[in-house]
Amino acid sequence: MSGLPAAVLGRVAPQLAFGSRRAGRLIERNIYVYRRSWIIIFSGFFEPIFYLLGIGIGLGRLVGDVAGPGGAPISYTLFVAPALLASAAMNGAILEATFNFFFKLRWQKTFDAILSTPMAVADVAIGELGWALIRGGLYAIAFTIVIVPFGLVTTPLALLAIPAALLIGFAFGALAMAATTFMRTWQDFDLIQMIILPLFLFSGTFFPLETYPEPLRILVQLTPLYHGVDLIRSLIVGVLSPVLLVHVAYLTVMGLIGLVVVSRRLDKLLRT
Amino acid sequence: MSDDTAVALDGAGLPLIHARGLTKRFGAFIAVDAVDFDVQKGESFGFLGPNGAGKTTAMRMIGGVSPVSEGTLRVLGLDPATHGPQIRARLGVVPQQDSLDTELTVRENLVIYGRYFGLPRDECKRRADELLEFVQLSERANDQVDPLSGGMKRRLTIARSLINEPDLMLLDEPTTGLDPQARHLLWDRLYRLKQKGTTLVLTTHYMDEAEQLCDRLVVMDKAKIVAEGSPRALIAQHSTKEVTELRFPVGIQETLDGKLDGLAERIEWLPDRVLLYANDGEAVSVAVHERGLRPETTMVRRSTLEDVFLRLTGRTLIE
Amino acid sequence: MTAVARILEHRALQYRRTFRASLFGSFLSPVMFLAAMGIGLGGYVDTTGNAAFGGLTYLQFLAPGLLAATVMQSAAFESTFPVMGGLHWTRTFHGMYATPMSPLQIALGNLAWIAIRMTMVATVFTFVVVLFGAASSPLVILAIPAAVLTAMAFAAPIAAFAATQRTVNKFNAIFRFGITPLFILSGTFFPIASLPAAIQPLAWLSPLWHGVSLTRGLALGTIGDAPLLALAHVGVLSVLALGGIWAAARTFEARLVRG
Repeated sequence: MSGLPAAVLGRVAPQLAFGSRRAGRLIERNIYVYRRSWIIIFSGFFEPIFYLLGIGIGLGRLVGDVAGPGGAPISYTLFVAPALLASAAMNGAILEATFNFFFKLRWQKTFDAILSTPMAVADVAIGELGWALIRGGLYAIAFTIVIVPFGLVTTPLALLAIPAALLIGFAFGALAMAATTFMRTWQDFDLIQMIILPLFLFSGTFFPLETYPEPLRILVQLTPLYHGVDLIRSLIVGVLSPVLLVHVAYLTVMGLIGLVVVSRRLDKLLRT
Repeated sequence: MSDDTAVALDGAGLPLIHARGLTKRFGAFIAVDAVDFDVQKGESFGFLGPNGAGKTTAMRMIGGVSPVSEGTLRVLGLDPATHGPQIRARLGVVPQQDSLDTELTVRENLVIYGRYFGLPRDECKRRADELLEFVQLSERANDQVDPLSGGMKRRLTIARSLINEPDLMLLDEPTTGLDPQARHLLWDRLYRLKQKGTTLVLTTHYMDEAEQLCDRLVVMDKAKIVAEGSPRALIAQHSTKEVTELRFPVGIQETLDGKLDGLAERIEWLPDRVLLYANDGEAVSVAVHERGLRPETTMVRRSTLEDVFLRLTGRTLIE
Repeated sequence: MTAVARILEHRALQYRRTFRASLFGSFLSPVMFLAAMGIGLGGYVDTTGNAAFGGLTYLQFLAPGLLAATVMQSAAFESTFPVMGGLHWTRTFHGMYATPMSPLQIALGNLAWIAIRMTMVATVFTFVVVLFGAASSPLVILAIPAAVLTAMAFAAPIAAFAATQRTVNKFNAIFRFGITPLFILSGTFFPIASLPAAIQPLAWLSPLWHGVSLTRGLALGTIGDAPLLALAHVGVLSVLALGGIWAAARTFEARLVRG
């Protein structure tokens, strides 16, 4: 066991502008916690897989080919699978960055205790986000492996779906953490649910963007999960285009904004 | 980068904590108002005062988690504004509210906390076991934190604050809310730390706690320091040797106007009793009876810090 | 029964604070689901897969099934975390037990409250189904009690289990390994008939499949085509609900007596 956190830490602890190895110690704390309740992490693998079996394959057999990235028709299963990976990356990061983060911030006062040590506010922000990414990364790897036997992986580019899923987790995780610092009660999270659901349903996840009339299509293209879905779908199908850089830039900027906001807000909340 | 390695900076003769004109404002509200104090190495120093006097805010500033609004503050010779992590590396903090990690076991709480200080994992484990022994929680090492009693949680928090072998301990209301037995056990552990030469800084609104643990203390009220000295010196300076407490049947106290005049150096009227300050309390109680007054109970006791506080602020410590 | 009514009053009072947001949510989420899956995805299904849905549009097929699936999800939530709350976190059920109320009344009262909440959710959802033009028979109104029966077939046994727990860890497993796969694989999104013939009988093991069959039959007006099958669905769901209530009464009692 003792080698694992150190290994994870060395590789993953993000060395961002205000980061440091100290953030990795918060990740170590979370590894301790989940060592006992690994079933929670483990069970998270299955949700996207159930969706893949049900919607992608069960329903997919009844649906013909749809237009994939670049316009060429692809099977519905191949169309849906990458979108499920992107949504799972979003959901996983948000779950960690809202409920679990809120519990530690407001209820358990975990971060107050941590700030009495040499750890700094930025370490807390980066450590928590880093943990959400590790968790999301595990799911992304597992999902990518699962879709191989379904014949959905035909190009080595598909491997890039894993870092792409991490980028989605980073973008949504950071922004959701920033939002959580403004939450006062558990009920406030209903609002977040009401944002996630339409993103999940309408971001070109279950049907192509071309279905929408022009104004709606532009609206969807402005929302973040669309960029994540199109990025991962293009990589798994193996169609590269300059648009992918726009997706990457959009998600990176979103994550960085979230990280700056969350650091500032934590400073305000914890260091008064 | 070698981050939180402690730097030896407390030069000879410099106090561990040095505050001048230390002020904390929250908007228009002044929580700590231009206070001066020093804490020397090896000393046990207390902030005594009622809730809301500014003690916790002062502690948070010393702990480097609350930015100073105005004035000078040096902790271990360093400025918390610029050297927060270096200072905190050498502090042990026991916050007013136990902030134990309920998702971890008793022992893991200590180990992980040590990791936050950058201690090697094996060292954390070794110290954790040692500290659990010290706070008498070894049998509970692998239990969850939630079911522990209030006193046990408090002891665990103290063990946690000792994981980095701090030069300076900050204890905010260490025994508030505990039953008498748990308090005495805790005092005993703190007393041992004091004996070993650990510098303790604590806040309390219990005068018995201040008397038990503090070599020297400041009395705080409404964001200001109103007195400073050792418990004994403060009592000698601001109160008489003894106090006679009289309790009258309901409704009688209000009719006593003037009837106690001249019996003591000073008389305090509390809602439920009358306190007569004099060096010979027995004599006072005899004199009360000679005046034909019949209190329900009469008690002669020595002056305490409670009396000092009452004298200085006109209010009691615990409302 | 007056004791049960008092518990309902208590829960209604608590609910008043979150009433608006929750009702808003139970209206918006079916609207979004039906718009995305029924209309957006439905456009593709209808051009190719029409035959598998017996000539129905995908929206007509999906909407009533989603009604049953959604109340199942809500019921599972209402019978886990709030039960843990009342017995463990805030201990309000222990507070009730300190009054003349019996454990049976406390269990019944809370299950009755869940039934009321699920009636609200089902009514709003059915309204949305009609709004989308996905109902083709006035019998759709009976889909509301059918959905509530489905909800209770889940809520009562789950509440009975929740009363035996001291942490929420196993709740996660219920959702991840129970509710989610049932949601997706019980004939809500595609007909069981399109599954391999060998595994089709497994549908009988899914309480949600019975619920979906009922709500769909009622919304489409086809329930009368196989009255015995419909009765069997009602029978299975009733047995689960009643058995759950019996079990909940026992586990609530055990927990309250133990303290």
